[in-house]
Amino acid sequence: MPGADKETELSERIEAFLSELKRCGSGAGSLRGSAETARETTSLLRRITAQARWSNAGDLMEIIRKEGRRMTAGQPSETTVGNMVRRVLKIIREEYARSRGSTEEADQQESLHKLLTSGGSSEDNFRQHFTHLKANVIEAINELLTELEGTTDNISMQALEHIHSNEVIMTIGRSRTVEAFLKDAARKRKFHVIVAECAPFCQGHEMATSLSKEDIETTVIPDAAIFAVMSRVNKVIIGTQTVLANGGLRAVNGTHTLALAAKHHSTPLIVCAPMFKLSPQFPNEEDTFHKFVSPHEVLPFTEGEILSKVNAHCPVFDYVPPELITLFISNIGGNAPSYIYRLMSELYHPEDHEL
Amino acid sequence: RLPEHVQVDDPAALKKLAKKLERQQVPLRSDYGYKVSLFSHLHQYSRKSPPTLQISIPATVIHPSIVRLGLQYSQGIIAGSNARSVALLHTFKQVIQDYSTPPNEELSRDLVNKLSPYISFLSQCRPLSASMGNAIKYIKKEISNIPSQCKEEEAKGKLQACIDSYINEKIILASEAISKYAIEKISDGDVILVYVWIHSERKFRVIVVDSRPRLEGREALRRLVKKGIRCTYVLISALSYILPEVSKVFLGAHALLANGYVMSRVGTSQIALVAKAYNVPVLVCCETYKFCERVQTDSFVSNELDDPDDLIVTRNGKSHLENWQTVKSLGLLNLVYDVTPPDFVDLVITDLGMIPCTSVPVVLRVKNVDQ
Repeated sequence: MPGADKETELSERIEAFLSELKRCGSGAGSLRGSAETARETTSLLRRITAQARWSNAGDLMEIIRKEGRRMTAGQPSETTVGNMVRRVLKIIREEYARSRGSTEEADQQESLHKLLTSGGSSEDNFRQHFTHLKANVIEAINELLTELEGTTDNISMQALEHIHSNEVIMTIGRSRTVEAFLKDAARKRKFHVIVAECAPFCQGHEMATSLSKEDIETTVIPDAAIFAVMSRVNKVIIGTQTVLANGGLRAVNGTHTLALAAKHHSTPLIVCAPMFKLSPQFPNEEDTFHKFVSPHEVLPFTEGEILSKVNAHCPVFDYVPPELITLFISNIGGNAPSYIYRLMSELYHPEDHEL
Repeated sequence: RLPEHVQVDDPAALKKLAKKLERQQVPLRSDYGYKVSLFSHLHQYSRKSPPTLQISIPATVIHPSIVRLGLQYSQGIIAGSNARSVALLHTFKQVIQDYSTPPNEELSRDLVNKLSPYISFLSQCRPLSASMGNAIKYIKKEISNIPSQCKEEEAKGKLQACIDSYINEKIILASEAISKYAIEKISDGDVILVYVWIHSERKFRVIVVDSRPRLEGREALRRLVKKGIRCTYVLISALSYILPEVSKVFLGAHALLANGYVMSRVGTSQIALVAKAYNVPVLVCCETYKFCERVQTDSFVSNELDDPDDLIVTRNGKSHLENWQTVKSLGLLNLVYDVTPPDFVDLVITDLGMIPCTSVPVVLRVKNVDQ
């Protein structure tokens, strides 16, 4: 039966995606960038919308939520997956509301006034059937995909507004967004970049070789020298893995030290992060915030005699509080960390924060 | 007078140095690799080309044990300011032993002249540390204080005894005194973070923080594990993760400057900074012979650049920085020291007691008055 074939093909694709996610989390950075993950997640969700069996918006949301939970469980630290699922859910809500004809404003605001005057839950079950809902949702998801394709370029276009000539810029590890950002500025301006190598994976080395190929004066320093050279740095530009709901960051380890050193010298800290990295999580969940990889990277197995008597840790991420960050540069422009909560309410619906 | 090793960008100073080394028959070591522009006033040597390559064997001007010592310095076999000073003093004892006063010369003046080319050679192998500088000053003073009527054997014996007592008092006993003071500061159940190592015994847990490329923390880890202390080991990039667990931070110092800044291994200032942010007390352990009269406010003006090739690492068979020399705009920076501002340091433990960072010039003054 053609229907069953499509369904098995769909579940096969989902399974393949899940196993990719699980394998990629081995800690050597992501083998694929977050942008790719976001794109793949969104195309997979579009496929689910197109091929799964559903008759009204509520069903579709249930299906997507279920698949979304499975995908985030596959690799909890890869938050872009969950973010894209939430975006799609919001799209579905919007399209449903538009089809019903009600204004979007009324549904959005979770204000105190609304809570007091609504008197009982006025939520609708999304059970009404609309014939064009599927097409609308798929079109909206296509728009989302186009937006995703253009994020890095949108961010790089803002580079010349932030980098002046003869600057010394510091960065840590490897971020494709920051790489594109700096390369774009280097086309017109001359500046110097210092890259902290970010042990133990030393992704800073790759970043440095890539930047120096574009004739940017690059220097590689070990992590221990971050504070020592900070006094000569004009700006710190970093990428991040996730932007948290309070405006803080979950970034590669060593970033907190970098942020503290920048604060001490009053050097501005700029974070280049596309909007799909914004996640409604807060950093208080101690158990789920950190991710660890094999301590072999820190203390190799060749140190056999002491290895069994010693605890070695290799955390992958660092929490950077929002007070240390000066500016977020994203595909929709520059924002202060205090504005992040507002951006979040525009991107995600509060009921979707918990998938 | 500005020391030579921070005037590499001045061609006149370089010419003067070359002439002086030629006169003393000491080989001149050439810099290696592309130097980051911020540090063009410092030397950058490669471990693969030691200065001994240009010396003929047997060396006529330079004592063989000095040649050996220089080689050990340049290859990093002897590292750490205490080890370097002790090795230097032992070698000087050997030199004094083998020395014989030429006729019509006075020991007090001639021996000092003999030592100068040795010191130039050693500083070519690796720039002298503050502790070594203080030790050399002490020896030169002792030598010039030898009365001229003193017979050679007697003079030699006196000098040997002086050196022995210096090593004993200033280095060995000083470390023990520091340990005793430090132990008072450690309570049962503490969790302590060490960056450079320290020895003592009580029930506590130690976290050893290490950094590339030297990874000296592993040696400390081995010694601690041998003593049976429970240890944790992390790299310096994981500092923010591990600091909430720590009750005290112990740091070693290479030198204490007269304006209260602590000069030590690169990364120390970072640890002090993050510890301050988490309100963890920072204690620095330093013997008084490492106090020096220099002042410095940043890590650039006077530092040491280690072999840049040390930063290259091979992971999964790939090494991205392998051909960094061929890439024109790529530079590797391997700093050895950095300076920690005194507001990050809560206490300095010395053999004279526990003092705040700002009391360093007081100690220096007291020492000078004594001498």
